[in-house]
Amino acid sequence: MTTLREREGGAPARKGAPRPSGTASPSREIRKQAAATPWLFLAPYLVLFIAFVLVPIVFGAWISLHTWDYTRPLKPFVGLENYAELFRSGSGQFTNFWGSVRATGIFTLFSVPLLLTIPLAVALLMAKKFPGRNFFRAIYFAPYVLGVAVVAVMWRYLLDNNIGLVNYYLGLIGLPDDIAWTTSTPAAWVALVGVTVWWTLGFNAVIYLAGLQDIPSELYEAARMDGASPWQQFVNVTLPGLRPVLSFVTLTTLIASVNMFGQSYLITQGGPGRETRTAIYQIADTGLRNFQMGSAAAMSYVLTLFLICLSLVVFWLFRERKDAR
Amino acid sequence: MSSSVETRTPRGAGPAEKPQRRLQPRTVLKIVLLALVALIFVSPLIFMIVTSFKTRSEATAIPPSWIPNPFSLDAYKEILAPGTNTPVLRWFANSMLAAIIHSALVVVTASLAAYPLARMNFRGKKIVFAVIVATLLVPPVILVIPNYLLVSELGWLNSLIAIIVPTAASAFGVFFMRQFFISLPDDLEEAARIDGANRFQMFTRIILPLAKPAMATLALLAFLGNWNDFLWPVYVLFTPEVQTLPPGLSTLQSANAVRYDLLMAGAVIASLPVLALFVFLQRFIIEGVSRSGVKG
Repeated sequence: MTTLREREGGAPARKGAPRPSGTASPSREIRKQAAATPWLFLAPYLVLFIAFVLVPIVFGAWISLHTWDYTRPLKPFVGLENYAELFRSGSGQFTNFWGSVRATGIFTLFSVPLLLTIPLAVALLMAKKFPGRNFFRAIYFAPYVLGVAVVAVMWRYLLDNNIGLVNYYLGLIGLPDDIAWTTSTPAAWVALVGVTVWWTLGFNAVIYLAGLQDIPSELYEAARMDGASPWQQFVNVTLPGLRPVLSFVTLTTLIASVNMFGQSYLITQGGPGRETRTAIYQIADTGLRNFQMGSAAAMSYVLTLFLICLSLVVFWLFRERKDAR
Repeated sequence: MSSSVETRTPRGAGPAEKPQRRLQPRTVLKIVLLALVALIFVSPLIFMIVTSFKTRSEATAIPPSWIPNPFSLDAYKEILAPGTNTPVLRWFANSMLAAIIHSALVVVTASLAAYPLARMNFRGKKIVFAVIVATLLVPPVILVIPNYLLVSELGWLNSLIAIIVPTAASAFGVFFMRQFFISLPDDLEEAARIDGANRFQMFTRIILPLAKPAMATLALLAFLGNWNDFLWPVYVLFTPEVQTLPPGLSTLQSANAVRYDLLMAGAVIASLPVLALFVFLQRFIIEGVSRSGVKG
């Protein structure tokens, strides 16, 4: 305490003490400090951020302009050749890359709509207070705290062709009981999408639920007074009220789906053939198993560009409706 | 609501009846329905736990049993035995060590960085914050190849530090802590300033004690994220002794394709700490997640 007083002296304290009412708030004073102070606070984070986020973003682009085999001493500069190869039909990388983009596309196309609607239904069911609500919320959220490795290893057992629980119960209710969930399509897609929905629906439901609770109940009362049916209330009160949350959930779900990796790596091993090998899987394997890092980096930039375009579309979609209102 | 209110207004009398405590049939129906769905929903997890206590043959028996008979610890004994190529105990220790250090690193760096971004005025503040937030939208895959080379250059390949440090620059963490610091009253630091405290003292003595719940939440989320991370550890940790549980489970799976008793025991061990954290700190985790969504 004494050193504290000595170092700063009494002057700044006295300066801040008398404040004319209504004018400069104390926070104005408090926000003045030595120029270096904020940067000292920021320094530890910025060191990590620059070294492992900013520099890699630029370094990755540099790598993508080379034939970069990590195990060889020479890394010749090839310009945009790695990118050109991705767009030249018939080249080795062309089929592999676009095959994997197709797999990611299929997965995204089916998982995103399910992950937007099912959690919303769950959240709507739990929007009103009732005994045990927090318990149910926790149950639906629980799978999300598990890692993809646990989830995938567990489901590979449940989906086992011969002794799996899923096929056993399907058989009991008179459905085919010999579906090869992990080694044939389209069953493998049903499995991958299903597992992902089971795993992550609680995350979206919890976010929806928080959004629903932010909608003022007076809006519902007013709608009811006007004689709005539950469906009309949903369309005219709930959905508009959820707009910011909807755009957040859409964006995060989309990004997560495009980044799908572990489920396919552990449940189907990318099979049958390469059919469920996703883009991330392909990039990681090309770069970190085959050490064709230039190619892999180029792929990751193309994929990122895709994702940024998709994100912009989502932003635009949600903004547009807002204007129309 | 107190019961005296209920006794004063006779049931069914008067239009001013307050919301009843009694459950409507519809609510009961809803609860029953939700409970049924919830039971089916968690049944895979229950079956995973049940199977981990089965013998090797019972784990693949048809029809599947929901109660192990006999109740067996063989699977655990086998995977926890020393001297295997799949040292589950070692993976557990590695995962724990990495997740704890990582989470501490995230909380310290993110809180320090978020403070000036929330409560100081300085040149460059907007740009720094915008750049940090923008990277939230950068898919992590773009960092995988360059960071692999960086980590290899630093001599970190195949060691735990590779999964502790590079992922610790958490843009989410900074965003999350900044939101919290902004929500604190404006004149909080004033008293400390009168006492002659410097910025760092204001931060440690006034702001941090108030920020404990937010820091705990961030620590939890960072711990979970690191504990569960899969892609990065799979590629940067290659020998069994340095692996963590997620890549370890993958190794276990390729070594014992149909030994489901072992695989489920491994999966249970890998989920035990996170499920325990979830059971006890459920509120923090769920509220942390939902807060990030609504504000984001």
